[in-house]
Amino acid sequence: MSAREPLVLGIETSCDETGIGIVRGTTLLANVIASSMDEHARYGGVVPEVAARAHLEALVPALKQALAESGVALDELDAIAVTSGPGLSGALMVGVGAAKALALSLGKPIYAVNHLVGHVGADVLDSVGSGPSRPAIEYPTVALLVSGGHTSLLLVRDLISDVELLGETIDDAAGEAFDKVARLLGLPYPGGPEIDRAAAGGDPTAIRFPRGLSNPKDVEAHRYDFSFSGLKTAVARWVEKAQDAGEAVPIADVAASFREAVADVLLTKAVAACIDHGIPRLLLGGGVVANARLRELAAERCAANGIELRIPPLDLCTDNGAMIAALGAQLVAAGRAPSDFDFGADSTLPVTSIQA
Amino acid sequence: MLLAIDTSAGTSVAVVDREGGVLAEHTELDTRRHAEVIGTFIAACLSDSGVAVAELSGVAVGMGPGPFTGLRVGIAAARAFAFGAARPVVPVISHDAIAYELGSAEPLLVVTDARRREVYWSAYSGIDAVGLPLRAAGPGLTRPDELAATVPEIDGYRRLDAASVSAGALGMLAETLFYNRRPFAVDEALYLRSPDVTLSSGPKRVS
Repeated sequence: MSAREPLVLGIETSCDETGIGIVRGTTLLANVIASSMDEHARYGGVVPEVAARAHLEALVPALKQALAESGVALDELDAIAVTSGPGLSGALMVGVGAAKALALSLGKPIYAVNHLVGHVGADVLDSVGSGPSRPAIEYPTVALLVSGGHTSLLLVRDLISDVELLGETIDDAAGEAFDKVARLLGLPYPGGPEIDRAAAGGDPTAIRFPRGLSNPKDVEAHRYDFSFSGLKTAVARWVEKAQDAGEAVPIADVAASFREAVADVLLTKAVAACIDHGIPRLLLGGGVVANARLRELAAERCAANGIELRIPPLDLCTDNGAMIAALGAQLVAAGRAPSDFDFGADSTLPVTSIQA
Repeated sequence: MLLAIDTSAGTSVAVVDREGGVLAEHTELDTRRHAEVIGTFIAACLSDSGVAVAELSGVAVGMGPGPFTGLRVGIAAARAFAFGAARPVVPVISHDAIAYELGSAEPLLVVTDARRREVYWSAYSGIDAVGLPLRAAGPGLTRPDELAATVPEIDGYRRLDAASVSAGALGMLAETLFYNRRPFAVDEALYLRSPDVTLSSGPKRVS
């Protein structure tokens, strides 16, 4: 540990959360999240333009709150970090424009970083007041990032220099599947917590829903890729068949069985990646980690296979600025040069671009 | 002295002084590079003008009307810069800067591209004694073929189709407003359009 760890403010606007985080090295000082989720509820999913408008209004209030909570003054900061991608273009641009201007107004360097690698970076943080600090993350590790926008399996050999994409969803993100299935069961948005609630008391083995890209032929071509579009359609077919037959839809069983299919395929592929690469470590990140069954199954499967499971605190798993600040602080600490001011928002930034 | 930013069309950044005029200005007409150029333009304007952040008394920003994705970049940058510099944001209507720069005593209709076959417009009856444009109607959004019906007495106006908004002009307009104790615009992005969303009518059948 250096004598003085870098003090970094991180800005995250890649989806519907305006996140401002402040960290000193690996110490979390503030993690303010302003979500526009409620504004999207009536549409059943994130509306990019609604999210981007909300970012513009939430940004300065969130900055103020983060500074107040951390007791940090702007001129004490060593750097500004910002998500430059991947994510929703219009939403990302709000953060990029604001971060550049803030850095220039303060005469501070800027670090443009990758959102997905940021989710991994969240794990270096020790939460303030969370008791004894956890042992530091070890590399290499496999990381499974699951949210409404992403479902990615990463091989992280080093957080700031070597991240490889093993696989990702070829259609819907897992969180999106939760939203869509919730809708067809008549449950509100966001679907994740609703499905979780509805599944309580349901039988996860009642209906055998398909596990996408899991038959031998698909595994050959898509060993670490995911697909949830077919699963969603299978659930819809099953529900329609029951309705057409005039039967009551057993919501608890459908929700539990669907949730089981998602958790099963996610963990099967993640554990396979750990075993194939001889890496006994798995890190979870993304909003879907809030799902109780996913965490439970992850614990079971990891224990059965001798894999160490790491799950950052939930408010560091969902999109947040602290993880962006944390990744920025790692770059600063390693002596990396700041980003040039001409970077843009890159909606498809690959995980190999850790810093833009 | 003010930092001035407008991204309602292309990207324009300037440093202005009420007495010294436009000290530095950088403009990019490309309407798809706001996020990329905003930082380098701010840095270049500060360095070209030799003005330190602490010497600025505020950040003037064009609130539109303008296509939303680009417009937001400038407003986000202005708000963040002002916050970092502990200076106020000075919101200005972007069309007013176009009219102010022209300085025409004759009635004027400013028209800018709103994409999707629509235009933004503002009508001015002339300028006042200190050169401030007198906006009589607008800003509004309409289809080009409906402009005549939308703007009252359009025949009497000279029409100006603008492809860019000068941050230098916008900054000087803000200086003039401030010096003459006139109100600024409301600190609210002028999208003039609702987000494109349609409420779902419920899940569709798959079988």
